[in-house]
Amino acid sequence: MAKVLVVTSGKGGVGKTTSTAALGAALAQMGEKVVVIDFDVGLRNLDLVMGAERRVVFDLINVVQGVAKLSQALIRDKRLENLWLLPASQTRDKDALTDEGVGKIIADLRINFDWILCDSPAGIERGATLAMRYADEAVIVTNPEVSSVRDSDRIIGMLDSKTVKAERGERVEKHVLITRYDSARAARGEMLGIDDILEILATPLLGIIPESQDVLRASNVGSPVTLNNAASAPARAYMDAVRRLMGETVTMMVPVERKGLMNRLLRRRAA
Amino acid sequence: MMNLLRLIRGRSASAPVARERLQILLAHERGLRGQPELLGLLRTEILAVVSRHVVLDPEKVVVRMERGKHVSTLEVDIEVPNGFERSLAAAG
Repeated sequence: MAKVLVVTSGKGGVGKTTSTAALGAALAQMGEKVVVIDFDVGLRNLDLVMGAERRVVFDLINVVQGVAKLSQALIRDKRLENLWLLPASQTRDKDALTDEGVGKIIADLRINFDWILCDSPAGIERGATLAMRYADEAVIVTNPEVSSVRDSDRIIGMLDSKTVKAERGERVEKHVLITRYDSARAARGEMLGIDDILEILATPLLGIIPESQDVLRASNVGSPVTLNNAASAPARAYMDAVRRLMGETVTMMVPVERKGLMNRLLRRRAA
Repeated sequence: MMNLLRLIRGRSASAPVARERLQILLAHERGLRGQPELLGLLRTEILAVVSRHVVLDPEKVVVRMERGKHVSTLEVDIEVPNGFERSLAAAG
């Protein structure tokens, strides 16, 4: 059965798009059939991070408005044959995105895919609420920084009240993904620790993505980090996160960059 | 161990401050969440009850909630037109 997963955060610049690309690619690398949808109408970027920017012909709004068929708008990844992208529109008015239109697209995609990943825009406006509207699960991308944690808390409140699942009295399964984590700075008390963030948000942890040059390097060349350098610390952290999404129990570690530094075991399990 | 480190490092350990500020702020914001709905509901029901006895201008009913650190107050402000006693007597 298909799962709809929203990657959201409230705050901008925390790594939603990078994480959507990495999680989508990692799921596809594990044999799942995946589509990633960019909901950031007017400011699309998922196409660029995934290296498909020159192959966009039709977009999400075209499909909502009936200008193009869903199959015409879907772009198949050149490296992974079971990974697809549905890009956002770059120019159109974001009011063109309707609840019914999005609902219809998600329902159609559920038939053919195992995972539907919705890359939410920042903020709490229409694009963000529609990206989470039909979600079964949510990944809340959070940086160890006060403004990001505050916005994540707000988004958690919305996931519990504004989604179709919540309105039916069901729960959207929520996971926190901590990105740009610097374990050395956290140990020195300069940065919120994992425990602090989890205690404040009261939401289970999906993974810890370390601050790393590999993430920037991957988006520079338009390749999800799990594909670009599978052995890198962030790639391993995303692969672990995906195993947890698929129901495996994987020991939580903070992958480190350099050799010789001991990996820190946090003895915590993802829910 | 962590506390000892923080003591030694002194000023650089700003994370505990971040944590405390967030906890206080979010406790407040979570309380505010859903409040507009609650106030709207209270307002509608208070208006309905009072209107059974007094002719009111719905615009003149104000329900406000102030959240304090220890106690919160609910303020209900209803402006009643002069001569409402007559309409009461007529109703009775």
